[in-house]
Amino acid sequence: MTQMSGAKMVVQALKDQGVEVVFGYPGGAVLPIYDEIFQQEEIQHILVRHEQGAVHAAEGYARSTGKPGVALVTSGPGATNAVTGLTDALMDSIPIIVLSGQVPTFMIGNDAFQEADTVGITRPCTKHNWLVKDTQDLSNVIHQAFHVATSGRPGPVLVDIPKDVQFATADYTPKTRARTQHYQPRVKGDIDQITRMVELMETAERPIFYTGGGVINSGTAASQLLREFVSATGFPITSTLMGLGAYPASGENWLGMLGMHGLYEANLAMHGCDLMINIGARFDDRITGRVQDFSPNSAKVHIDIDPSSINKVIHADVPIIGDVGHVLEDALKIWKARGRKTNTGALPKWWAQIQEWRNIRCLDYKNSETVIKPQYALQRLEALTKDHDRYICTEVGQHQMWAAQYLGFESPNRWMTSGGLGTMGYGIPASIGTQVAHPDALVINVAGEASWLMNMQEMGTAMQFNLPVKQFILNNERLGMVRQWQQLLHGERYSQSWSEALPDFVKLAEAFGAKGILCSDPADLDDAIMEMLNYDGPVIFDCLVEKHENCFPMIPSGKAHNEMLLGDATVDGAIGVSGAVLV
Amino acid sequence: MSPLQIQQGTSKHSAYDLRSHLSETLERHTLAVVVDNEAGVLARTIGLFSGRGYNIESLTVAEIDHEGHRSRITIVTTGTPQVIEQIKAQLERMVPVHEVHDLTVEGPSVERELALIKVCASGEKRVEALRLADIFRAKVVDTSLSSFVFEITGTPEKVDAFADLMRPLGLTEVARTGVAALSRGPAAL
Repeated sequence: MTQMSGAKMVVQALKDQGVEVVFGYPGGAVLPIYDEIFQQEEIQHILVRHEQGAVHAAEGYARSTGKPGVALVTSGPGATNAVTGLTDALMDSIPIIVLSGQVPTFMIGNDAFQEADTVGITRPCTKHNWLVKDTQDLSNVIHQAFHVATSGRPGPVLVDIPKDVQFATADYTPKTRARTQHYQPRVKGDIDQITRMVELMETAERPIFYTGGGVINSGTAASQLLREFVSATGFPITSTLMGLGAYPASGENWLGMLGMHGLYEANLAMHGCDLMINIGARFDDRITGRVQDFSPNSAKVHIDIDPSSINKVIHADVPIIGDVGHVLEDALKIWKARGRKTNTGALPKWWAQIQEWRNIRCLDYKNSETVIKPQYALQRLEALTKDHDRYICTEVGQHQMWAAQYLGFESPNRWMTSGGLGTMGYGIPASIGTQVAHPDALVINVAGEASWLMNMQEMGTAMQFNLPVKQFILNNERLGMVRQWQQLLHGERYSQSWSEALPDFVKLAEAFGAKGILCSDPADLDDAIMEMLNYDGPVIFDCLVEKHENCFPMIPSGKAHNEMLLGDATVDGAIGVSGAVLV
Repeated sequence: MSPLQIQQGTSKHSAYDLRSHLSETLERHTLAVVVDNEAGVLARTIGLFSGRGYNIESLTVAEIDHEGHRSRITIVTTGTPQVIEQIKAQLERMVPVHEVHDLTVEGPSVERELALIKVCASGEKRVEALRLADIFRAKVVDTSLSSFVFEITGTPEKVDAFADLMRPLGLTEVARTGVAALSRGPAAL
């Protein structure tokens, strides 16, 4: 046993866990840990400008690598600023470890300076959290924290470390001897249930794969297995926002994203299928629309590592609890062993029906020669960047949905977006975390101007660490999605949905020492994007777009999949009374 | 109700599982949850119920294994079959939770609750209170010239019945422990 201080233990435990980067912000209650960070070289510390940025950066790092992200914050405001990021990671099942400083144990409960009940505040927004009151337990708890964050359904954890615990000395517990036995979620699916799924697949006339973030979280091998399964069976596949990239957008069975702003063919196929195979998705309300009318005539298979996801929203006829990769491996094996059967008589008819839906061309929009349409901006961005080693982050709103519709994702871990929580301000810090993990890749944050301003201070971080992130802002001088809902639901009374007093983004970029590009003419767009791509450093791209463009297709809240709106002509009274209370 | 109109959701001890997953009937279930006896574990459990809008009718918790740092939480809750299933799944995925048992569906079980009931009365009412206490096998654990404190153990229904009888006789205060429950027979968690 090696004796060391609690602060040294923190750094040692991070090294043992293979951590290369920590995103953080110092303060009184974490000074001993920062002192240890100062005296070593193995772990890089990225100094953010706000603790929310640290947590989102850790999320971006985690999503783009498949490894857990780590953030380090001080007590009190440092910890409370981390709450949004923790909640975001909980909703999207992202493995992150947040280490927070705390006032010394003998002052806890005294309303000490920068004291907050951090474990109390973060209990509902973490998978688990710990307050370490004895240095003897510290290294064991940190190893447990990594184990919990990355096992089963991944998620955020927090370890709260009082300052006196950081100063005191105790024995260090190496990773191999940490107690992690009792939290071992099941990864293998029940073979009988998997066999039932395969039986259904053999006879289904109108099957569909509906995949989600669980495929990405399961690792790249799961995506490979999914691709093999899809191409071997010839079934159509759609995905949630969180699962984009698991199956390539260029793949021939790809229907595009489903859900509230998903593609017509994807939603209609979900509505009309007779077998739905949900792989690592959770029947979110953005996906199901009106639950009573969700895919009324299908048998539903639900593969999920979290038993609480099963039957939470939609009853599963064949529930399979297990890790996507493990289940798909077994399912493929069983399906092959039983003779690789599908209903070859019926599948062509199903595809013909899907082709009819595709012929609607739901993503078509009316382009303009005088003003940049946001869809057009993203189509050009896609065309000019798709051959790059590219990672896309987004903020939250219309631009996020357009990015999901118009950009193509060919591999997993290339798409960092805030799905469940819908956190405006996620994108810039996430792009920083992604760029730190992939220094030579092209990292683009597709943003709206309003979201982007929420964490724009992180441009300072990008500058300090030479992170050439490209901030591609679709600037409509509106809170576009809010404005769209006000048009659909509130009689076009646009309450507080203008972005007034916006900064000059080019000057703002220059103030940070970055490059600013302004583009407002569709004819200049390609050159402007190329200028952004060719610049070796952070860029703020202010793309002035059509101010009143609505995001379609859309399933209005409270409606079913087959009640989609395809364009502005159909929006009058789009949301009924029962839908109005939904968000 | 005629014998043929068997209502779904009310058949917890029937040989046939008539409980429909989609039933809207509220059911009362007693859950036994074995947890690590660590700081915050009770707050975590209660937070799960309040955060997700589940009911708690009764909750008791105490350490049951000092060496192993284990506590047992007994929760009585109500909900539709789907909600009950969710509650169990949500409890099971908590890190400090070792086991979740639904005593209501896993077989016959015994439930007991202890209550202390203060009755202030004089004259005939005082005598009647004592007589009823005797019928209910309640013990007198404190007495003054104008009051009794009764200790009663039994099912929640029995405690309710006793308290209801004491009310007109001068009941002034009740303290109840909440339900403790174990499965019948030799099998143990």
